[in-house]
Amino acid sequence: MKYKLKNSWIILSFTFITVLVAGIAWASDVGDNPSITPRTMADALHMVMDSDRAVYTKKIVNRLVKKEKVIKASEHFEDEKALVLPAQMFRFGAEMVAEKAEKNPDINFSYSLQSLWPINKQNAPATDAEKEGLKFVVDNKGQNYYTTEELGGITYFTAVYADVAVAPVCASCHNDHKDTPKSDFKVGDVMGGVVIRIPISG
Amino acid sequence: MTKKNTLKLWTIWVLASILLVLIFAYQLLGNGVSKAIFMPGDLSMGHHQLEDACESCHTDAFGGGEVLQEACINCHGDQRIKPFDSHPRSKFKDPRNASRLEKINALMCTSCHVEHKPEITQKDGLTQPIDVCFHCHADIGEERPSHVGMEFTTCKNSGCHNFHNNRALYTDFLVKHMDAPMHMPNPHLPETEFVSVLEEILEYPHDSYPVQTLQSNDADAPEVSNKDESIHRDWLETAHANAGVNCSACHQTRNEENELSTWNDHPGMESCQTCHGTEVERFKLGKHGMRLAVGLSPMMPKDAKLPMNKNAAHEELTCTSCHGAHRFDTTVAAVESCLECHADEHSLAYKDSPHFSLWQQQIVTNGSSDSGVSCASCHMPRVEYDVNDWLTRVMVDHNQSASLSPNSKMIRSSCIHCHGLGFSIGALADQELIENNFNGKPSVHVESIDLARKDNEKYLQKMNK
Repeated sequence: MKYKLKNSWIILSFTFITVLVAGIAWASDVGDNPSITPRTMADALHMVMDSDRAVYTKKIVNRLVKKEKVIKASEHFEDEKALVLPAQMFRFGAEMVAEKAEKNPDINFSYSLQSLWPINKQNAPATDAEKEGLKFVVDNKGQNYYTTEELGGITYFTAVYADVAVAPVCASCHNDHKDTPKSDFKVGDVMGGVVIRIPISG
Repeated sequence: MTKKNTLKLWTIWVLASILLVLIFAYQLLGNGVSKAIFMPGDLSMGHHQLEDACESCHTDAFGGGEVLQEACINCHGDQRIKPFDSHPRSKFKDPRNASRLEKINALMCTSCHVEHKPEITQKDGLTQPIDVCFHCHADIGEERPSHVGMEFTTCKNSGCHNFHNNRALYTDFLVKHMDAPMHMPNPHLPETEFVSVLEEILEYPHDSYPVQTLQSNDADAPEVSNKDESIHRDWLETAHANAGVNCSACHQTRNEENELSTWNDHPGMESCQTCHGTEVERFKLGKHGMRLAVGLSPMMPKDAKLPMNKNAAHEELTCTSCHGAHRFDTTVAAVESCLECHADEHSLAYKDSPHFSLWQQQIVTNGSSDSGVSCASCHMPRVEYDVNDWLTRVMVDHNQSASLSPNSKMIRSSCIHCHGLGFSIGALADQELIENNFNGKPSVHVESIDLARKDNEKYLQKMNK
């Protein structure tokens, strides 16, 4: 009886270890396998970008500039010792990601902020997907645009998300800028779009 | 031809070939022997000092463009970040610019900066296609009506655009300073910061040499090295003694256990680097120190392309060449040290210039260190330098090349502290005025401010409507 009990413990322990090892192997396998679609990944990335920018706009820029009135935000933030504009903060992040992604080809994606009415003309849509996507998110409020396109011999999954004027200051800043081609933005208007690209082949 | 003659010719050919191989082998492998013979063409003004350090750029004999690219970034990478680069690599890596890269590969430095091609090398060492800006900015007239009809060859005119630092003279900046007078009401240079930020300079040996004023009997040099009274006095009168930097700080090194090494009568630049690392680092990026950066012997004026004093031809350039040892007199380093070597028209005219009068006035009246204008005021300006991601301090930029090529780079770091923007842009575009060391007013007028004014007026009219 004693022998049987001992044997049961060995069998039980062996089963437990086997299940544990299999579980770890399965978990690591799930982590390495591409079970997330490019669309889900783009949506997730956009959710992070959008939230981070909203936090920066509300908790930092709006609070310190409008509410506390302790500092201003300016496009020429270095010369004017000011906060960077939310759009600049977004762009600087995109540039840093581009630098990091170049060193980590496994984690490759890019994103940019563009508009049909860009202040800097270099941010006007350049590819057919960008032109079509930006128009789509303006005409179809609340909807995103997804497509694939080939650029430089590589096929990309391209997603375009509407960039909406969430606060009066977003609209007024764009309306009053020297280089703006459109001066009648209102809160709630789609002013541009976030374009995210994920390489899928090539 | 007889058989005998043929044999003789073959023998001569073989011997000549062996001789040639030996000569090339000696040139290639000989220590300290110039490698210039292997160059496919002369190097540009910026790199000519490196002709004996082929391996500093050609790090791998079998690599392609990417090897050269890495070499460029190794030395110039920082210049693509500081000051703000408006054309960063990350911008061109964006897939949306793939079609643009097919025309001009802006990801590779060699697209605009090819070496060994003197026949196509333009001013400032550029070999860029002359229409390089046009490929992306052909429709600039729509954005900037004042630019309609301008030739693409005018983009990089003095006081206009600079590819890597296009933000230095941006439109709003031109507008803000467009009516500034020739002389600013309160001309002064920024004060340097070192002691005030010492706590944040992590590599500084705080524990061994805390900030305190040292007295004569505090000197920790061994007795045998402490005999020269003038050296002792020089040290005592400097900022070093005033800040607690004892003799051992320079003449001895410390290991991990904080034990002092044996005394070194003639310490090298590595001693300076212990506390002034950023200054030394910047020095090695400029023409004064670039040879040291690639492991060559120090630069000597005899190797310079600019006219130099013959008497100084064989002086070696290190920290002490300009600062001297023990006294470290920055007044001497800022003028006399420069003029000891430099003998071009601009340098020789300095002592007849208004800038020098101000400098003398400062010395005579023992005025504040920000009222005179020395050679260093313009060529080694005091800049707000990002030492790392978390510390910015005003320091003397010892990379004097950073304010030149083009010279308009010094507008914001130097000129504008004392002069109006329009005057500064014009002065730096006037070759004659540069040669007489700014003894007069500029006769050249650069249009950039006029264009910004025109665009600004249009904007104001639009806003008023």
